[in-house]
Amino acid sequence: MTTGTGLRPAPVGAQPDQAPPSRTARRWTGLAVGLVLLAVAVALSIAVGSRTIGLSTVWQVLWHDTGTPESVIVHQLRLPRTVLGIGVGAALGLAGTLMQALTRNPLAEPGLLGVNLGASTAVVLAIAFLGVTSPTGYVWFAFVGAALTSVVVFALGGSGRAPTPERQVLAGVAFTSVLGAIVWAVLVSRREVFDRYRHWDVGSLADRETSTIVALAPFLAAGMVLALVLGRQLNALALGDESATSMGARPGRIRALGMVAITLLCGAATAASGPIWFLGLAVPYAARMFVGSDHRWILAYALVLGPALLLASDVAGRVLVAPAELPVGVVTAFVGAPLFIALCRRRRLSVL
Amino acid sequence: MTAPVLRLTRVGGARRIVLGSPAGRFSLRMPLRSALVGTGLLVLALAVSLVSLTSGDFPIPVTDVLRSLIGQGNPGTDFIVHELRLPRVLVTLLVGAAFGASGTIFQGLTRNPLGSPDFVGLTVGAATGALIVILVLGGGGFAVAAGAVIGCLVTAVAIYLLAFRHGVQPFRLVLIGIGVSALLEAMNSYLIYRARLDEAVSAQVWLIGSTNGRGWTEVALVGVAVAVLLPIVLHHGRHLDMLALGDETATLHGVPVERSRAVLALCGVALAAAATGAAGPIAFVALAAGPLAGRLTRSPHAGILPGALMGAALLAVSDWLAQHAWPGGDIPVGNVTAALGGVYLTWLLVHERRRLG
Repeated sequence: MTTGTGLRPAPVGAQPDQAPPSRTARRWTGLAVGLVLLAVAVALSIAVGSRTIGLSTVWQVLWHDTGTPESVIVHQLRLPRTVLGIGVGAALGLAGTLMQALTRNPLAEPGLLGVNLGASTAVVLAIAFLGVTSPTGYVWFAFVGAALTSVVVFALGGSGRAPTPERQVLAGVAFTSVLGAIVWAVLVSRREVFDRYRHWDVGSLADRETSTIVALAPFLAAGMVLALVLGRQLNALALGDESATSMGARPGRIRALGMVAITLLCGAATAASGPIWFLGLAVPYAARMFVGSDHRWILAYALVLGPALLLASDVAGRVLVAPAELPVGVVTAFVGAPLFIALCRRRRLSVL
Repeated sequence: MTAPVLRLTRVGGARRIVLGSPAGRFSLRMPLRSALVGTGLLVLALAVSLVSLTSGDFPIPVTDVLRSLIGQGNPGTDFIVHELRLPRVLVTLLVGAAFGASGTIFQGLTRNPLGSPDFVGLTVGAATGALIVILVLGGGGFAVAAGAVIGCLVTAVAIYLLAFRHGVQPFRLVLIGIGVSALLEAMNSYLIYRARLDEAVSAQVWLIGSTNGRGWTEVALVGVAVAVLLPIVLHHGRHLDMLALGDETATLHGVPVERSRAVLALCGVALAAAATGAAGPIAFVALAAGPLAGRLTRSPHAGILPGALMGAALLAVSDWLAQHAWPGGDIPVGNVTAALGGVYLTWLLVHERRRLG
């Protein structure tokens, strides 16, 4: 990961990976700490809930499905939920990183820019008017919705002459509220769909079918691989289009591939869990604090920190208002919005 | 009390119309084109309202409606006009005007066509207040309106305090508003998520925004707000163009910058609060009214009065469509404005592209 020849000819010294050894060591240590955090989050996510199970019991029934109530809870409820959390968290973390890199906008985020809601809108329209009922059917509409929204928001936010981070966020919010209005307008006359939608719209990992997770896994995996492969190119893009071109990178192709990855990740994640806000904002931000500006490292960190943060939020949602549950989307909003506000309060909203 | 005087003047080649007291103590001056557009919008809004008064399950001829309005109708038409249709028509006009004025103010203050109260979190805050009343406290009617007003004002104060850092920069205000409204949106969907289905549906109808079934209480709420605040806003609104040139320029031209901005923002918040309290957070009227009026008056900043009149006309037309355009009957007016809002944003998109390309 520290060497490679994605860009030719590569002037020596301009490569961001020529970091001093101590820094590389720190990055690896940080990644290891992140993995430990993720492991803790996974353990908690399997153990903690309305019926908390001891860690030793969890370990035991994990490998031997004994048929006891504990075993059923772990295998039927907690394990799928945790796996889903890992997938969605990683997807949103990576999608946020990609968006911020492609738009050079530190405020870009799939939720704020409306991509998640674009996916939901398409799903709702599919349910209401086309009678689509299976999650494998949803996901295609989610992709179309996510792709269309990202194109519209980038166009509306002025990706041409003078794109500013703020304009893009505002365009995203504007477009999101049109979509939201359409969704609610469709739903309010259909009570059953409305009932299902309101449980989904809040952003939750609970009660999702295992078959859904299996069906979505290939899309998530493809999106993740594409995102990770793009890391080196994103570093080139960060130097500006002209420098990137002179280094042998092709900005147009990088953007197109990045959009494909974002669409896959956001579409699949939203189809699985409903729109979840701010994860895609917080994860790359935290990653940059540790590793600086090298996107290969940021992406690797996002892959680890995204699931850790989402699972931690999910566990917090189960504990905070027990015996009821706070949906994870609400928890991430309550954690992420203050971060967003703090970022905006900083004096200069620097462009990435 | 002396009658106002209407004069036509010429300032640097642009014809202006001046409406003022004989001594010239108070006057309202605007370009002739703006005055004509404003009059046209007013006529349109009133005409549509008149049509709304005549149409419904029991069609009433225009002459009978007019007779009822001046107090000479028969008891039957009086009941339908005064108790059923007139409150709705008045709420529509006043709410439209309040949203239009509020949107124009915020777009002027933030110098951004997307900086309307819908997006800086005000209407979301109002929605949270109303949802708490509907779903947690179990209130209805006037309590909901009060909850919305309180929610809106609290949100506005919170956003202002959070955005305050060596003064308030317009864009930071917008962004902080977006952050706060994301937080409140999450709260709103949680409130709807945990409610019973019946209550959730009725809360959702409120969230879309409707003027259906509004009575004289709502007319009074938004009517008082418009009657009190609109003159104040018009008085201070003349500085809006100057404020758009930047604080220093405005100060050099003798504009009391901080005071004008504070008064305008406060009145804008109050207008949005009252309108949302009366009819729910109807989308896009506040967003579209100012820029559309600006297009018609061919001036970059439409001025608040044309914006308000445009808002009233837009909502009046939307409400008529909501009642009569679908065979199924009455749909919430918020659905219609959202659809129009989609068209408007698409237009904005194409327009921006063309300008950039």
